[in-house]
Amino acid sequence: MNNLGQAIHIKKEILVRIIKAFLSDDFEHQTRLIPYDMRPKGMEVPYRCCVYKERAIIKDRTIAGLGFPIEEDDERVSLSDYAKQALERTQVSEKNLTVLQTACKGCATNRIYVTDLCQGCVARPCQSTCKFGAISIVNGRSVIDDAKCKKCQMCISACPYKAIVKISVPCEDSCPVGAIKKDETGFASIDYDKCINCGRCTAACPFGAVHERSQIIDILKAMKSDKKVVAMIAPSIMGQFPGNIYQLKTAIINSGFDDVYEVAQGADITANTEAKEFTERMENGQNFMTTSCCAGYNQLIKKHLPEIKPFVSDTKTPLYYTAEIVKKEHPDAITVFVSPCVAKRAEGFENPNVDFVMNYEELGALFVAKKIQILDLEESKYIVESSKQGRNFGYSGGVAESVKKSLKDEDAVKPCIINGLNKDSIKQLKKYATNGVCEGCNLVEVMCCEGGCIGGNATINNQKTAKKLIDNFTQNSEDISKI
Amino acid sequence: MTKVEVKVCLGTTCFVMGGSNLQELNEIIPQKYGDKVELSAANCLGLCSINWEYSKAPYVKVNEEVVSEATAEKVLEEIERQLAKQ
Repeated sequence: MNNLGQAIHIKKEILVRIIKAFLSDDFEHQTRLIPYDMRPKGMEVPYRCCVYKERAIIKDRTIAGLGFPIEEDDERVSLSDYAKQALERTQVSEKNLTVLQTACKGCATNRIYVTDLCQGCVARPCQSTCKFGAISIVNGRSVIDDAKCKKCQMCISACPYKAIVKISVPCEDSCPVGAIKKDETGFASIDYDKCINCGRCTAACPFGAVHERSQIIDILKAMKSDKKVVAMIAPSIMGQFPGNIYQLKTAIINSGFDDVYEVAQGADITANTEAKEFTERMENGQNFMTTSCCAGYNQLIKKHLPEIKPFVSDTKTPLYYTAEIVKKEHPDAITVFVSPCVAKRAEGFENPNVDFVMNYEELGALFVAKKIQILDLEESKYIVESSKQGRNFGYSGGVAESVKKSLKDEDAVKPCIINGLNKDSIKQLKKYATNGVCEGCNLVEVMCCEGGCIGGNATINNQKTAKKLIDNFTQNSEDISKI
Repeated sequence: MTKVEVKVCLGTTCFVMGGSNLQELNEIIPQKYGDKVELSAANCLGLCSINWEYSKAPYVKVNEEVVSEATAEKVLEEIERQLAKQ
């Protein structure tokens, strides 16, 4: 979950307004009015220089909410035209993120900087500690030569006055693969060849300048059609809304879906299949195997870490199996995966059985727009009840545990948990791949987000509470060995 | 001395619009105020449906005062104000 307070509040409010506009008699006109309704004449300007800039930024955010890339925006096109185009569109894009350069602050460049606190001391520990000769003394004060500085930050820890600071660009710092950078204009832009869709940048930017391109209009259109629309809810959804997952099923149906499946159902298949595969691989003399259910990790393998491929389980993701079941049981249905993160949008795009993806924030916005009170609703049962372990797939350690519990000999598994992809853990995985060994372990569980899916970029609840709510609920679920 | 009553709305709108973050009050309030403040969760205070003001959610009621776009800080401030009145 991101901790961006008002920035995330605005994003959600815009989603609610877009949905409300769609449900009104005049979608195009109501969409055009969103910036004016949110920032009416005479209102105190909350964040930017003036009401006009506020509205311009809200317009751009609305464009992302309608599913379009803001980078390609022709300013002369009005929101009503975008709304019309969204209605006419028949396909969604594979690019899932978009940067609002209007909202991007164009933060000061990521660098190491000597502040006025520098006392020009005699010892000069910064200069002697720098291995790259990047620090010189000018007018009795330390100055860093950016061309030579490797940003090792040794000088920062060496300075007794704490006079040297690292200037951060939050989106760049958050990206584990260097895919988002300030371009020649000074504003952030995404290199899609490198991007693994982890969504960290959306949660990191304090200006809320990185948006997911929503498919909410496409989903609302599907609901309006004659076709059946089936929601597939990720295990991590438990604890993201008030009430239990049975009331949640009723809420989702009341919001316009025809049926709801737990992806935990597919997680049970993933766990059992992966357990069999694990035994086979160990018998064939392989030293370790990594899990394969995290979409962000799968993108990392494809784009940055191909050497680990031989060690990655060939077992499909819980979403894959669930979508296969749904399409078999309802061949004409439109399937929507309800996701904690943006990475699953990429997986959904590649899987023909998954038609659309919506995240928890968007589902929440749909509930708000339709005034659904989950706690007041009756419970609806699922046709297939999932196991405790399948339902625990959404937090770090849950997947390894489910594989373990699916095996006859539980002690055969020695798990290693990669709790979040970052520069260090990627290096660690690279080492395992190159050496073909993972010291002392044989099953590597990889989750792109810290904490697992409950730490996804589009989650609503904080991790600690969410995990507690999942554990409280699943302690009464059936063990996987009995399913 | 009467207790200050804090009611956190757990209706869907408040929860989605940021109320989930207010759960940290469950730890802060008893620790800071002991039994001077009584914290409870409410199933929709009905505030979002007045003119359909979802954009000001989440809501918290501290005695009779409504805190809109509530954050833990804002709620604690209002508690201080109510305690000072007594």
